[in-house]
Amino acid sequence: MLAFIITTLLCFVIYLLFTTGSGTEVLGLWSWIEIAFGALLSIVVGIAARKIFVKDSFRMLNPVRWFTFLVYMIGPFFIALTKANLDVAYRVITGKIKPGIVKISPGLKTDFGITLLANSITLTPGTLSVDIDENTNDLYIHWINVDEKALEKKPVDCKYICGNFPKWVRRIAE
Amino acid sequence: MIFDIIIYVFLGIGVFFNVLAGVGLLRFPDVYTRLHAGTKCTTFGSIFIIGSVILIGFKNWWSGDLNGSVLVIHSAFALIAILLTNPVSAHAIARAAHKSGVMPAQAVIDELQDKPTEKSTRKKTSSKTAFSKKEGEQ
Repeated sequence: MLAFIITTLLCFVIYLLFTTGSGTEVLGLWSWIEIAFGALLSIVVGIAARKIFVKDSFRMLNPVRWFTFLVYMIGPFFIALTKANLDVAYRVITGKIKPGIVKISPGLKTDFGITLLANSITLTPGTLSVDIDENTNDLYIHWINVDEKALEKKPVDCKYICGNFPKWVRRIAE
Repeated sequence: MIFDIIIYVFLGIGVFFNVLAGVGLLRFPDVYTRLHAGTKCTTFGSIFIIGSVILIGFKNWWSGDLNGSVLVIHSAFALIAILLTNPVSAHAIARAAHKSGVMPAQAVIDELQDKPTEKSTRKKTSSKTAFSKKEGEQ
């Protein structure tokens, strides 16, 4: 039941966001017909998709996690994205590369956490996640400029590749 | 006036990084390094281009045009979609390339070659679970 309510509410909010400007009756943005039809559609979607949307637990309902996620996106993630782009710009112009594929084991357990980390790694300096070991959640990372110091220890230490991202992801998703 | 200048600066930054992504696609030697250029630079460029569109939408909304809200919210959703799908598709292309035997050019190290193939691990795990079940039954 709780899963159904969550799915329906989220669906309804997204429907409302997509239909702003349809009328001026409700808060100056929506018309009554759109709201009624949105409620109907989101109830149908809630019945159909509740078991797909909410899989194992309700831990992502905690607002603290959403807030941490926002802080992470605006703060460390955006800074790393900027650095990544300046780095790639430098390599595009000069052509200095030293590529290789290395393995890291961040030690995350949930699917959502490992997805978030892999996406963050792809969008940050000089790294691209290529493959995943599904039994141990180890990631294989293509690194555009391999650091010789990092190769001394196997598997490679996370701090060379993604800084303190695993800590943030653990705070958000686990 | 200052608002317009900010919009033009954002557009300029976005176009610069998208052009850089195109140059990177031509200059880099193999699939993986080209994906580096293709994912990071296009995402960053698109953030700024869509940011400028969002600012235009806010400007229209402020001056009383309701269609401004449509512009703001729809382009924000487009930005979220790009942020989600761009790294995922890059990962899919890189994984498919490595599985079909494209090795990284000029590579210093390649630890993915040592990874046990999926079929063998699956067989092992399935046989193990079957074995433990039998033991439990006995």
